[in-house]
Amino acid sequence: MQLATLLEALFPGGHAVQVAGQVVTGSATTAAGPVTVIGTTDHAEIGIEHALALAAAVLASTRAHPAQPILMLVDTAGQRPTRHDELLAINGYLAHLAECLDLARRRGARLVALIYGEAVSGGFLSFGLMADAIYALPQAQVRVMNLQAMARVTRQPVERLQALAASSPVFAPGVENYVAMGCVQALWDGDLAAALLAALRAPAGLAPRAALGRQRGGRLLAAAIADRVAGGEA
Amino acid sequence: MNAAGSTGAAVPADRSWYEASARARLDGLLDPGSFGELLGPRTRTLSPHLAMLDLPGAFDDGIVVGSGRLAGRAVLVAAQEGAFMGGAVGEVHGAKLAGLLRRACALRPDGVLLLPDSGGVRLHEANAGLIALSEIIHGLLAVRAAGIPVLALIGGSNGAFGGMGIAARCCDHVIMSEEGRLALSGPEVIETVRGVEEFDARDRALVWRTTGGKHRYLLGEADALVADGIGAFRTAALAALAADDAHRADDLDALTAAHAALVRRSARYGACRDGLEIWRAQGIAEPERLPLLDAPDFLAAVAGRDA
Repeated sequence: MQLATLLEALFPGGHAVQVAGQVVTGSATTAAGPVTVIGTTDHAEIGIEHALALAAAVLASTRAHPAQPILMLVDTAGQRPTRHDELLAINGYLAHLAECLDLARRRGARLVALIYGEAVSGGFLSFGLMADAIYALPQAQVRVMNLQAMARVTRQPVERLQALAASSPVFAPGVENYVAMGCVQALWDGDLAAALLAALRAPAGLAPRAALGRQRGGRLLAAAIADRVAGGEA
Repeated sequence: MNAAGSTGAAVPADRSWYEASARARLDGLLDPGSFGELLGPRTRTLSPHLAMLDLPGAFDDGIVVGSGRLAGRAVLVAAQEGAFMGGAVGEVHGAKLAGLLRRACALRPDGVLLLPDSGGVRLHEANAGLIALSEIIHGLLAVRAAGIPVLALIGGSNGAFGGMGIAARCCDHVIMSEEGRLALSGPEVIETVRGVEEFDARDRALVWRTTGGKHRYLLGEADALVADGIGAFRTAALAALAADDAHRADDLDALTAAHAALVRRSARYGACRDGLEIWRAQGIAEPERLPLLDAPDFLAAVAGRDA
């Protein structure tokens, strides 16, 4: 979905959201009060400049009104794989973005992410995945890597991966796999403004993704293994 | 970050960190006999997803987690085994680390030591690995917010790449050896996606000048640079814990200062194409000799830089 169309559907009461260099920042009004809006558009490859712009917007929101919810609009093709980014240590910039979002949550802001385009790998890890709750449009594309590239790197026949993908959500691209694994809370179809309001009014806090994955049958081990280690099983 | 760990020259008998297994690193790092493993190999917690692809598993799924003592201080530790699947993070592997971080919040040890040796997400279980890495990052930041210092010790053959490169930088302290590498996209990925003109992954010297411990130290991404020895890492880890200067993750002013430092780095070095140009811009004389120096000589050579 185009960003402009999305913003109209989410905020019938109006918004002041700008786009600069594929980075989305601003604020909007909802029936639940004002929200800070941040994100990326046009399948942005997240480079250090994107990470800095997003982190600056998060810090500004936290400083001005710490409890104001932050809506994170996710459309990223992943991290930008360039010499420039790696030379300056993009991993540090993305970690900084993650830390800024984590601080915003601790200071009382509810973080709601909506995947409306693509959500891929490192760009998703340091941004959308830092949210309390993650939602997605049905046509969203979520992945680490496409199956052809995965087949090459893992030296598996692509036909075999395709066949396995039919029964396992664990590796193949697809937003429904991320729903089954408890990562994406729900898909938003229909009235997006109403869906956003419901998300803003839901109980606060980080969604229990591992438990949700177990309940939905897509990620059967993570919750139990983490519990056993946390409980001190030798 | 801090100057706590800039010492740590290897004693002559110091065993190589780079060449050691995850268990050998823990064995040499912690006080003798103090390590207690959680969910060890006896429990046979294998990855079912590798089995589905007829690939061999490991009874610890490539990560060793537990508790121990560092000069008497109680610590929780996690060490990735680079020899198994490149230390990559799958569902079980990731859940063990996430569980350890939850245990840290409950037990409040004197510190948490993370020993990355990983290319990031394990592609055979990519979705589970990516989600697990996000749970690890949330966990690391929760431990720090609880006031418990978290250290990353990077010196293995796989470095800390992909999501582990981000996770490592979510720690309070990063200690690296020259052999350690810390980055997001690996050189091969850049070359494949952007072409050999952008990055020649076979140029090992270029790889070290871009991702290696010395460059990361000079950028301020690592706060200690040590020789490749388990004893050297232990000395630096102790110094970092003793300094007790861990800035809390829950600190708006600290993050604002960190932000300003990153903005400054982009402005100063944004046009550079090679580590050498950055080192020269820092006023280091004869920067081309830096890769040849051992850790103590390197630290002496760069001590007066304008970072």
